[in-house]
Amino acid sequence: MTAQRRLYALLKNGALALYAVFALFPLLWMVILTFKSDAEMLTTTFVFTPTLVNYEEVFLKTNYMRYILDSVIVSGGAVLVSVLAGVPAAYAFARYNFKKKEGIAFQILSFKFAPEILVVLPLYMIYQKLGLYDTYLGLIWVYQLISMPLIIWVVRGYFEDISVEIEHAAQVDGYSWWQIFLKILLPLIKPGLVAAALLCFIFSWNSFTFPLLLAGIQVEPITVAATKYLAQSVVHYGQMAVAATFSALPAIIFAIIIQKHLVRGLSFGAVKG
Amino acid sequence: MATPKIQGAADLNTPPLKTRVRPYLIVAPALLITIGILIPFAMAIYFSLTSYTFRQPVANFVGLRNWIRMFQDSQFWNAVWVTLRYAFWSTLVEMVLGLGIAMLLGSLNNRFSRILRVALIFPLMVAPVIGTIIWQLMLQSSVGIIDKFFNLLGVYGMQWGASQKTAMMTVVMIDVWVNCPFVIILILAGIQSLPKSPFESAKIDGGSAWFNFKTLTLPMLKPCILIALLFRLMAALQEFSIIFALTKGGPGDTLMSLSVTAYTRGYMYQKFSSALPFILILWLIVNIAASQIVKAWRKAQYQATGKDLEEPARKKHGRVRKGESA
Repeated sequence: MTAQRRLYALLKNGALALYAVFALFPLLWMVILTFKSDAEMLTTTFVFTPTLVNYEEVFLKTNYMRYILDSVIVSGGAVLVSVLAGVPAAYAFARYNFKKKEGIAFQILSFKFAPEILVVLPLYMIYQKLGLYDTYLGLIWVYQLISMPLIIWVVRGYFEDISVEIEHAAQVDGYSWWQIFLKILLPLIKPGLVAAALLCFIFSWNSFTFPLLLAGIQVEPITVAATKYLAQSVVHYGQMAVAATFSALPAIIFAIIIQKHLVRGLSFGAVKG
Repeated sequence: MATPKIQGAADLNTPPLKTRVRPYLIVAPALLITIGILIPFAMAIYFSLTSYTFRQPVANFVGLRNWIRMFQDSQFWNAVWVTLRYAFWSTLVEMVLGLGIAMLLGSLNNRFSRILRVALIFPLMVAPVIGTIIWQLMLQSSVGIIDKFFNLLGVYGMQWGASQKTAMMTVVMIDVWVNCPFVIILILAGIQSLPKSPFESAKIDGGSAWFNFKTLTLPMLKPCILIALLFRLMAALQEFSIIFALTKGGPGDTLMSLSVTAYTRGYMYQKFSSALPFILILWLIVNIAASQIVKAWRKAQYQATGKDLEEPARKKHGRVRKGESA
C-alpha cells in the first residue's frame, strides 16, 4: 500500500516536473542566449564564454531605452486614466441601484471581448484625421479598452466586499460622501486596487495589436520594437533575447507582487481566489 | 386641484434629483472615455457598405457588394476554418492540460508544488508576441535547442512554423505555453475553495478516484471551468499577435485566420471597406460563443451553489431596495 502510494506521488511530481520544463525552460533559454556572443550562438549549446556584448549593443547602440520609456509612459498613463475614472464608476456599480446599471456595466465589459482589429481599423482612420495617430494620447485612449473594464469589474467586487454599515456609521458621524470615499473606502480597497492597477499595467505593457496599427514611428512600445529583430536580414539572436528579456521582466516582477490577487484580477472578479 | 402641498408630498417619495443623477454622473467619465471606442463599431458597419480604401478615400455606397464578394471568396471560408481550428485546438489543449495540472497542484502540498504555483504564472505574464519571439529562439534550427534535441532522437529538419504541415501545431503550442497558466490558476483557485465534507463522505463510501472526480469534483468546479473556457475561447478566436509574429499568416494561407486576413487586407493592402466584413463576422462568432458559455455558466453556478449568482453579494450589502433590482 505505502509502496503504491509512493509510486503515485512520484508519478504526480514527475508529471508536474515535465510541465514545469515546458513552461519555464524557454524563459531560461532566453536568458542564457542573452550572454552568448554571435560567434558562439551557432556552435555551442550550454558551454560557452559568457559575454555582455548583447546588452551593450541593445542598450547603448539602439533606441531600446526609448522604447521602454514609451511603454512606461503609455501603460502608466492608461492605468492612471482608468483608475481616476474607473474607481468612482466601480463604486457606483457596487453601491447604487440605477436604471440600466447592469446594461452599462456589461457594455463596458464587452469592450474586453471586442476583436482588437475591428476597433483598430476604423480608429486608424479616425486617429489620422484627429492627429492622434502615433501619439502618446492616442495610445493611452485606446488602451482604455484593456484597462477600464478590468479596473471597474475588479474594484467593484472589492467595494461589494465592504459592508455598507461602515458607510452608514460614518454618515451618522457627519462625514460627507467624499470624505467617506477618500478616508474610509479607499484605504480599505487599497490592496485590491493596487493589484488591479498593476495587472492593467501588465496588460497595457503587453499590448501589441494597438501600437502596431496606431503608432510605430514617434511612439514605439517595446512589443512592436522587439518584433523588428525578427525582420532583420542578419538576425542577432542574442540581441533579440535581450530585447525579449527586458520586455518580459517587469511583467513577471509585478505578477509576483500581486500573486494573491491574480486570480480575481484575471477573471475580472468572477472567481474569487 | 394640485396644491403645493401635494407636490411636496411627491418630493418626499422620489429622492431629490441630485441623488438620482449622482450615480450617472459618477459613471459618466468612465463611460465617455470608453464610448468613443463605440464609434469605430458603428463606422465599421457603415464603411463595410462602401467602396472606401485608404488609397481612394471616397465612401461611395455600394450596398452589400463587399459582403457578397466575401461569401464568394474561398479565402474567407479558409479564414473561418483556420480561425475555428486554431480556437478549438488551443482551447481544448489548454483546458485539458490546465485541469490536469491544477488537479496535480491541488493534490500535492510539498515545496516543489508551492514554488510551481508562483513560477508557472510567468509565461502568462509575457506578452504573446514576446512569447513567440522566445519560441523562435527555441525552434530556430541554428540557435534553437529543440532541433538539437530532436536530432538526438534521429528526427532532422523540423520546419515548425515554416511548414504547412506543422504551422498550426506550432502556433497552438505557443498559445498553450502562454495561456495554459491562466486555466491552471483559475481552476486551482476553484479546487482550493471546494468544501471538504462531500469528499470525506465519499472516502467513507469508498468510491473510486475517477468516480469521485466525475460526480463530485467536476460538477462543483464547473462554474470555474466555464469562466476559464469563456476567457480562453474568446481570446483564441481573435488571436492575432502569435500568428502575426510567427508567420504573418503563412506559409501560403495556412494560418490566415479572420483577424490576420482583415489586418492584411485592411492595413497592408489598404483595402479598408472590403476587410471590414471579415472582422465583423468574427465579432458575430465571438458574441454567439460568449453568450452560449455565459448561459451555461449561470446554469452551472445555480447547480453548484443552489442560488443564482447573477447578483452576488450586492443584495446582501448594497443600497438595493426590494423589487428594484435590475
